[in-house]
Amino acid sequence: MTEALLALWDGAFGSSYAIWSATLVRSAPLLLLGLGVALAFRAGVLNIGAEGQFLMGAISATAIAQSMGSMGGAVPRIVVIPMMALVGALAGASWAGIAAWVRQRFGVLEVISTIMLNFIALASISWMVRGPLQEPTRIYPQSAEIPGPAQWPFLIPGQRLHLGFVIGLLACGIAWVVLTRTAIGFRIRAVGASPSAATSAGGIAVAGTVLRVFLVSGACAGLAGAAEVGGVTWALYEGISPGYGYTAIAVALLARLHPGWIIVSAIFFGALEAGASAMQRDAGIPSVVVQVIVALVILGVLAGSQRRVIAGAATLGAEARR
Amino acid sequence: MEALLIPFLDATIRTATPLAYAALGEVVTERSGVINIGLEGIIIAGCLGGLIAAGAGGPTVGFLGGALAGLLMAALFALFVLRLKADAIITGTALTLLGLGLTGTLYRGVFGLEGAALSTPSIAPIALPGLSSLPLVGPVFFTQTVMTYLLYLLVPLLAWWLARTHTGLALRAIGESRTAAHAAGIAVDRIRWGAILFGGVMGGLCGATLVLAQVGTFTEGMSAGRGFIAIAIVVLGRWRVVGTALAALLFGGAFALQYLLQAAGWALPYQLFLALPYLLTLVLLAALRGRAEAPAELASHEG
Repeated sequence: MTEALLALWDGAFGSSYAIWSATLVRSAPLLLLGLGVALAFRAGVLNIGAEGQFLMGAISATAIAQSMGSMGGAVPRIVVIPMMALVGALAGASWAGIAAWVRQRFGVLEVISTIMLNFIALASISWMVRGPLQEPTRIYPQSAEIPGPAQWPFLIPGQRLHLGFVIGLLACGIAWVVLTRTAIGFRIRAVGASPSAATSAGGIAVAGTVLRVFLVSGACAGLAGAAEVGGVTWALYEGISPGYGYTAIAVALLARLHPGWIIVSAIFFGALEAGASAMQRDAGIPSVVVQVIVALVILGVLAGSQRRVIAGAATLGAEARR
Repeated sequence: MEALLIPFLDATIRTATPLAYAALGEVVTERSGVINIGLEGIIIAGCLGGLIAAGAGGPTVGFLGGALAGLLMAALFALFVLRLKADAIITGTALTLLGLGLTGTLYRGVFGLEGAALSTPSIAPIALPGLSSLPLVGPVFFTQTVMTYLLYLLVPLLAWWLARTHTGLALRAIGESRTAAHAAGIAVDRIRWGAILFGGVMGGLCGATLVLAQVGTFTEGMSAGRGFIAIAIVVLGRWRVVGTALAALLFGGAFALQYLLQAAGWALPYQLFLALPYLLTLVLLAALRGRAEAPAELASHEG
């Protein structure tokens, strides 16, 4: 037990490599994914499809990186990287958009639709890495390495921390300001707190607000997928996400859906993921134990706070879902 | 044609069987006015519970183990939703994550990091004497495992129980209006506990059936969305027992289509068929919007 905990700690914070090349690298996608989930929950949208939106972002970013690489002549980094980010975010937003559409047009509970879309995204990636995006030798179920200009810059020489982490921090900062200081943020919080009051007292167009938040939430997840391909894996393969999209739910809830606390909670879970891999390697404890911790955190937050206490109040209650 | 049709229909019944267990349990839970989105976590718990118990004491013990694992998970759900008044949707989501994580951890903990596939005692189909020699119907409906035959008995029994018994009526009354049922002297929470636990046992049996009668082994995440599909089956079956059993057949067919089309040598990528049950769930839920048949108390959770 002590040995396992020591391995966990060492893997997460034991060395500068552990901090800058493991923990924070794992935190990068969780920042964006956790933020996306938190924004959605704030508006009463239970988007638990971050995993699928992340995968679609990763697929699209790989595709654009490969096609720009084969365009002949070197497309510069300054063009390729923003394109990957943009295309990834758009793909994530579109994937979330399907769930938003079937919720608003047909009244389908987004918990179910987003989960179904996760499985469809998994099937898509499985097809992509054996079909259109497979590496040239057609032996391995993965894409070829993305070309040099598409590889996102590292922040510190000798460490693997990449641009995506900074983007995640920025996104949390922007969301913080928007949510607390602007009219848009007020509308999001009002819709989450009580859609009927937002309509009657606030004159807020609930459906439009919900749709936009859903799309932004998906865009965050898609961007995270693009950043993972560009900054970490440099290739597309099926196991590109060790369940980041699900961990993101715990990240968001532990942060009480607050963009500032997302940073703390994403680093906490990033450390847990990094430590768990080390623990599996050194102490033979399976790393899926993280999922158990994730679930216990969610249940703990639920048990510790009657539903009203969680930010956005009835956000997590029934009314928001009508 | 018949050479393809019979294996397809046979596979349909075989894959529909676990789905039907989970969906029938969810019918009872939802008719009491509670939606258990955590069914996925219950099913995967049933898978591992079934595997471990069967390894210790054979298939029969395995099914009991699966049911027990499902029961425990459902008890956790009921504790949060009924006692702590936590939101059912978020609790259900957490239950799903807990089930997937816990089973992955335990499986690797018990069977090693590689998860070396052990020889799982599984149950074989039994050809019912006489009935199984009927043309078409015989090999499809009467050459199945015990779990399918139990279902043939359970469906009418459950339908009768829900429609005709005092408790069944009380359950439906709670689902339509909790306050009215309470005013009429019905022990609302006690019956909801019962309904959720029953859903847990059935979900656990779904998992055990998946392992012991269908797949023959355990893999991490093998429930593969069946919990959510079962919830869609309930909607398609209009929250009725017989309707739900028939709807389960449709989804069994969607899973079985993979075998049929592969055997027929279609050139389409197989991932399309992997995605089919999930696509079907989405499309059907969208097509069946605004069903008046839904228990009124669910309205707080149904769009």
